[in-house]
Amino acid sequence: MTSFIAQKEEQELLRFSTAGSVDDGKSTLIGRLLYDAKSLLDDQLSALEAKARVDGDQPDWALLTDGLKAEREQGITIDVAYRFFATPKRKFIIADTPGHEQYTRNMATGASTADLAIVLIDARHGVRTQSKRHAFIAALLGTPQLVVAVNKMDLVDYDQSVFEAIRRDFDHFVQQLGIRAPQYIPISALLGDNVVDHSESMSWYEGPSLLHFLESTPVGINRNLKELRFPVQYVSRPNQNFRGYSGQILSGIVRKGDEILVHPNQQRTTVESIVTYDGELEEAFAPMSVTLTLADELDISRGDMLVTPRHEAGVARDIEAIVVWMDHVPLQVNGTYTLKHTTRKTRALVEAIRYKVDVEEASQVEGQALALNEIGCLKLTTMQPLFFDAYQDNRKTGSFILIDEQTNLTVAAGMILKADQGGSDTLLANPVSAAERALYFNQKPLTLWLTGRVGAGQLAVAQAVERALFERGGYAYRLDQSAPRGLFRLAEDAALLNKAGLAAVVVDDFWQNPSREAARAQVGADAWFEVHLEASLGWAEANDESGFYEHVRGQRDHVDRAQQYQRTTATDADLTLNVEQLDVPELVASILAALETRGFLGRLRDEPA
Amino acid sequence: MLETIAPAQEQAPPFRLLTAKNQAPSRTLPDRYRLSHLRQLEAESIHIIREVVSEFEKPVMLYSVGKDSSVLVRLAQKAFFPGRVPFPLLHIDTGYKYQEMYSFRDQFTKENDLDLRVYTNQPAVKDGTNPYDLGTAACCGQLKTKALLDGLAAGGYDAAFGGARRDEEKSRAKERIYSFRDRFGQWDPKNQRPELWSLFNGHIREGESIRVFPLSNWTEIDIWQYIELENIPIVPLYFAQEREVIDAGGTLIPVDNFPFRDRLRGPIKTVKTRFRSLGCSPCTGAIRSEATTVGEIIKEMFQVRTSERANRVIDHASDDAMERKKREGYF
Ligand SMILES: Nc1nc2c(ncn2[C@@H]2O[C@H](COP(=O)(O)OP(=O)(O)O)[C@@H](O)[C@H]2O)c(=O)[nH]1
Repeated sequence: MTSFIAQKEEQELLRFSTAGSVDDGKSTLIGRLLYDAKSLLDDQLSALEAKARVDGDQPDWALLTDGLKAEREQGITIDVAYRFFATPKRKFIIADTPGHEQYTRNMATGASTADLAIVLIDARHGVRTQSKRHAFIAALLGTPQLVVAVNKMDLVDYDQSVFEAIRRDFDHFVQQLGIRAPQYIPISALLGDNVVDHSESMSWYEGPSLLHFLESTPVGINRNLKELRFPVQYVSRPNQNFRGYSGQILSGIVRKGDEILVHPNQQRTTVESIVTYDGELEEAFAPMSVTLTLADELDISRGDMLVTPRHEAGVARDIEAIVVWMDHVPLQVNGTYTLKHTTRKTRALVEAIRYKVDVEEASQVEGQALALNEIGCLKLTTMQPLFFDAYQDNRKTGSFILIDEQTNLTVAAGMILKADQGGSDTLLANPVSAAERALYFNQKPLTLWLTGRVGAGQLAVAQAVERALFERGGYAYRLDQSAPRGLFRLAEDAALLNKAGLAAVVVDDFWQNPSREAARAQVGADAWFEVHLEASLGWAEANDESGFYEHVRGQRDHVDRAQQYQRTTATDADLTLNVEQLDVPELVASILAALETRGFLGRLRDEPA
Repeated sequence: MLETIAPAQEQAPPFRLLTAKNQAPSRTLPDRYRLSHLRQLEAESIHIIREVVSEFEKPVMLYSVGKDSSVLVRLAQKAFFPGRVPFPLLHIDTGYKYQEMYSFRDQFTKENDLDLRVYTNQPAVKDGTNPYDLGTAACCGQLKTKALLDGLAAGGYDAAFGGARRDEEKSRAKERIYSFRDRFGQWDPKNQRPELWSLFNGHIREGESIRVFPLSNWTEIDIWQYIELENIPIVPLYFAQEREVIDAGGTLIPVDNFPFRDRLRGPIKTVKTRFRSLGCSPCTGAIRSEATTVGEIIKEMFQVRTSERANRVIDHASDDAMERKKREGYF
């Protein structure tokens, strides 16, 4: 008995994704694989037969693989579904991805963890754009092995020339991309030819059956054992005497006594022990989850990375990456996102779209926007450095996701190509960019321009806003008329503060009535936010502490005229608030909320530590 | 007409995929650096558990006393060794569990130094809620779903580990590992975040939470093999034994301690039975079996006759029963 169990425990794991256009026979193929691998459980099978009886037809294999109700109603699968089967040799995890046009996102998801991808082609239709697209995405996500299953061979009389023509077409396409040659297998998913057993109807085909290939293709071929990459996931301090660093080894091997290097502080130390629940180990390797203790007490925290000193990871804050956009809201150039890479989270700013990738044509095109299911090459700057490898060398340390700071959704999947501008060595030589400042201060430059009648309380509000921004970790500076200055000077000063990455809060109670358009132009529309504090003349006069109204009345008794010159309403304000109805804390809260909505301020809870 | 105005197509520059390697690796993996599928699944699950503890403020592990819970606990112990499991276990108790489950639960959590919390929908229990008078769905709604949501809310938990697996049921095949729930604990199949590589997005707002399924990629056989490999203790009900059962139309319900004996029609027999999954006594049937060891259970698994959940009465209502319950907040 034990030998039987032991044998099963030694099974290897192969993950593969499947893609095909609607009706190419993907569900049929998966259903058959599951069935033939004898993993179809009896009652699922009887449910299948019950449905088939109702439909009055032969068993519909696709019913085995359908998922959620809404999808069933539409008669189409729209999300990645994971399925499992095992043979005596291997255990398989299938990421079954829908082939419909708009679901690049699902295909990328399925391919991200796959060792192998099966692309289905209907023999009758030949190589269509969709099949190329499926192969392209699988390859883009670094799937090491591609299998092209030419299906429905029974419908073309098992004709070898049909198969060869498809192989030629597809090879041509694959060569263009510069990726490894796929394995081509002619099959009939419906009748089972070359699915498990070699088909008698296609004696001209000498290669392996699909299942045989899945069972024998080497797994873990892209597992890198050379360079240790161990991102610290959790610092374990159960008591005073133990300090361990827990994490999953992404690549490489670590041995007791090995010298390691710690990113980012670049210190070296040696591995004292490899601790596991099952006892200490002499060596551990990818993808094991272990806990390491080190010879020296260094300041190491989550997100740091332990690496082989001879093969350091790339360290950079400016990177170039291919990104698959996955959200309905398009990418914002100059927008900031939370970037998650290994166990590290940092803010990232999208500086530019270098080019877009046209999946249909497998070509590089110009473009300044990235919408749902589009792919592009971005230049990104991160607030903290990333410790990475190029995606093609290491899928684990080369991948990241982008998270929208407002909606918390995962909006993009990224694959790092390289450090931009040669990495950290040349960092000193580069001037600090606006983007870097924005990331550092965790705020976008902003000029908050407060207008209203004299006595409407701009100064009190400005002080309170300045304080509120300061308390939440922002950098703000208030500009008012304590030193009498012209409107234009104020705007100039605000613009300078903005350039330095700071927020300017400007008190504007000039009773003359010049246009604010000039100030806005000076500051720049991107940073400008104008709030008008509304108050009636009576209220403003009653609350005026500057003596302005007294002065005017005493002088000329021409309050009418004063009123005429004051900014009583502002048609160009981004926000108008009535100061007679709200107290200062309420006014501040309204202003901050408006700034958040406009994306000037990050939401408090989500700021990375 | 349109073709005539369209500009002549420009020849795109040859494009090479920079994210993919064009060469086959020169050597395959040496044998000593191969990891069996169980160890690989184990490493991935540990990674998930540590990630949640690192990124969430107040995680909890839902503990059902079943075999998957036992495995989940072992993985948590491995994740934090030599430290203690740094979060509590929450058992949603319907009051209808088998006596063996209660004694196992108390002993297991005590021996393993686990912080066990038990939550019950007390008002519903006082009202005598049961599946015979209310129907299975309504009873589950009160004693499981409502109790679970209330229990999570009462503890202020922002992440809850569960033992669900993708191979259990069709609608679970698409479940994420981090399953996002709104403020009402509800699951929206249309609003789940894509999960790529092993990069999980745990960003939530105040009041929202996630359910986490570290066993997503395990199959029932994997669970049994792991129990055998690791020698993990499980409730004795999983092993075949002569039991007095009521044969209620094919479903075998043990009579011992059964609170609704008078409600069932059918002959009482003595049969060698075991449980493939454990639930409430009124709604979980046993199967005929000779398997008295984990090894024998695994062997039986290879000649499976019924899928795991089929001996639970609760799923028979309709094809979409599970999906509906999930939307409402059940696991
Ligand atoms: N003759 C024949 N029909 C097939 C084969 N594979 C699939 N089909 C049929 O093609 C149709 C679409 O198959 P299905 O698996 O639902 O396609 P999917 O949309 O790719 O999942 C169904 O009617 C299948 O029975 C095959 O190898 N030969």
